[in-house]
Amino acid sequence: MSASTLPARETALPPQGAERPGQPGRSGLTRALRRNLTAHGFLIGAVLCFAFFSWYPMVREFVLAFQKTKDGRTTWAGWSNLSYVFHDPAFWQAWRNTLLFTGLALVLGFVLPFLVAVLLNELRHGQGYLRLLVYLPVMLPPVASVLLFKYLYDPGYGLFNRIFDLFGLPAQQWLQSTDTAMVSVVIAATWMNMGSATLVYLAALQAIPGELYEAAELDGAGLLRKIWHVTVPQTRLVLSLMFLMQIIATMQVFTEPFLLTNGAGPEGSTTTVVYLIYQYAFNFNNYGGAAALGLCLLVLLAGFSAMYVRLSRDSDT
Amino acid sequence: MRRTWFSPAPRLRRTAATALAGALALTALAACGTSSDTGSGDSKPGTGSSDPAAPLDPKTTVDLTIDCMPPAAKAAELKEWKQDVATFNKTYPNVHIVGRSTPGQCEEPPRFTAALKAKSQPDVFYTYFTDLQQVLDNNGAADISAYVTAASVPALNSIDPAVMGVYKKDGKMYGLPTSNYQMGIMINRKLFQRAGLDPDKPPATWDEVRADSRAIAGLGGGVYGYGEYSAENTGGWHFTAAMYSLGGDVVGADGKAAFNNATGKQLLQQLHDMRWSDRSMSPTQLLKWGDLQKQITADKLGMFLAAPDDIAYMVQQLGAKYENFGMGPIPGAKATLTGGNGYMIKQGSSPDKIKAAIAWLNFKNLSPGKGQFDWARTKADHLPVGVPQPNFFTGDVKATDLKARTDNATMPVANFAPYLGNPVPGKAEPPKAQEVYKVLDNAMSGVLTNEDADIAKLLSTAQTGVDQVLANQ
Repeated sequence: MSASTLPARETALPPQGAERPGQPGRSGLTRALRRNLTAHGFLIGAVLCFAFFSWYPMVREFVLAFQKTKDGRTTWAGWSNLSYVFHDPAFWQAWRNTLLFTGLALVLGFVLPFLVAVLLNELRHGQGYLRLLVYLPVMLPPVASVLLFKYLYDPGYGLFNRIFDLFGLPAQQWLQSTDTAMVSVVIAATWMNMGSATLVYLAALQAIPGELYEAAELDGAGLLRKIWHVTVPQTRLVLSLMFLMQIIATMQVFTEPFLLTNGAGPEGSTTTVVYLIYQYAFNFNNYGGAAALGLCLLVLLAGFSAMYVRLSRDSDT
Repeated sequence: MRRTWFSPAPRLRRTAATALAGALALTALAACGTSSDTGSGDSKPGTGSSDPAAPLDPKTTVDLTIDCMPPAAKAAELKEWKQDVATFNKTYPNVHIVGRSTPGQCEEPPRFTAALKAKSQPDVFYTYFTDLQQVLDNNGAADISAYVTAASVPALNSIDPAVMGVYKKDGKMYGLPTSNYQMGIMINRKLFQRAGLDPDKPPATWDEVRADSRAIAGLGGGVYGYGEYSAENTGGWHFTAAMYSLGGDVVGADGKAAFNNATGKQLLQQLHDMRWSDRSMSPTQLLKWGDLQKQITADKLGMFLAAPDDIAYMVQQLGAKYENFGMGPIPGAKATLTGGNGYMIKQGSSPDKIKAAIAWLNFKNLSPGKGQFDWARTKADHLPVGVPQPNFFTGDVKATDLKARTDNATMPVANFAPYLGNPVPGKAEPPKAQEVYKVLDNAMSGVLTNEDADIAKLLSTAQTGVDQVLANQ
């Protein structure tokens, strides 16, 4: 749209800082507010909701991390809550488990959806149907998915062991062995969540100009070389953002281990940091400990979030 | 354009839109928030006396919210609740009772903890015996010492002092017990008979448990002899009960872990052997409260450690039949874990409200022949009569209540005779119980999920963990 086609109201605006006749003393801010009164009305609602349900709890969490409540009296506890969680034998185990989950989830949950998206993108027929199939697990309520996997994994009557039995393979303990519990949780979590990631990758793949592939083909590139030299560079930003988002999301994992292994798993091998926070707060009534542990997680995730924001900004420019 | 009521001026439209937006925002906030009842007193201020010894003034109107009203799904219990409210209101027409019900257990620890923190618990709220310290930490309960007398609770002197002591701290009383239990061993009589065992003689020692478990598992078809928990802190809870039964302890008098010894090793070794050598325990492990009840109800499990109220849950919620179950005292029988529940009154309640609450609790839960002890009515409503709990009365009151219970029994009470006839000394849960149980869950899950479990190492690791938990009090 050229400048000449702008509506008259826009072009007739008084210059910055000038005052309207008959309204002496009104600041630019007031005028700006008046101009979009309705929008600001709605904005206030959103800001109040965020303030009440997101920002206030964050501040409260920070304060709680340094407080202790005993016999109805709340006192300043200094670093003792942090010291408490550091001395909890479950603390380091929970961090090890969380990092293991994140690592395994990245290997499976990051690579697999990308490969599926590449395959879907290459399909000539039935793409919509297969896309729906891939997305279906996301539409299932997480509890239903978890219960399904709990049945599949059961060492006594589970489907997986029945299949193993058909092929003469030994029965596995799946969720009930320290060796396989976390991997089993990751497999279930990946199945439950990969649909969303696949769709994002697919959208990014479909935005790649077809000429690039044609040029690569003219240069004699095969499928793998096309993926490596065209697909990956063209989706680099989306891949980076998804990678960071995956780290941030997986480090907060709670639902899957909580429902699949009742939180702890064999010998505590699936206890995650967020489950430990939940236990402190709601099973042990130790809100100070929960807040302190939450603070540790917050600090770590804030670093990844900053990287994410930086990358998002790059993608906007 | 002509202006009508239906096309307001731009300024009016803008103002209306802004007002609407603001109203929506406030409504959203109000809808999202929870009511913050401070519990500071009655909704209708009364004129009653603040003297705890003075009776509730009948001219004072009191609104009372009370936990644990039976949900609609429990039609018979709900009918009884409403009957009791109506009867109570004949004496106290000024007390308006508002029951609050929950679909599952009356107390779920996460919900309870959150309610305490938000001070949104009802005026009269349900608690477990182990909740006192948590409630006091949150300034949640009123001191009712001066209100609980032989005048307000006539059966007071007949209640076991040990049970009454559960809700006392530093000489002050913060609640009234309404039910108690002691752990024993629950058996599936049908499976006992099928395995050639005598269902009237539940195993009295842990050696007998192992032998019976092997015999029942021999039936095959996915039937196992013995079941045990190892998740959501229930594994540690049962480990503690089993340690008590062998004369052991979990936390010693010196405030340190007391289970890394021959008794603890014996306990874990037996579970390991039953699971991996005898194969008399199910390969499905990491079980929590509720899982074993389902297995025994489905006739897939022979025995597990339980409290008597599990029977009511299995019959009422899972559709089992009373005659299929029996109970014996906990094997070993040196001591057994004891617990129960009761009600506390919200901190900040007015004297009138406290008096009204005590009057209700006395009528509903602590009067022989009335409320929960009206066994004739319970039988008429086809509800369980004969479950060996609550059992906190002593002396003549206990004898009278037991007779009324036996006379109106809706189940074969003889099946529980071994449990009732062989009382085992009760022992309370250890300090920091839930945190200690969490650590001990790992030892239990270790032997039940790992054939190569190193029992000495499991106990040693658990000892370190429990000592750290106890040192960080």
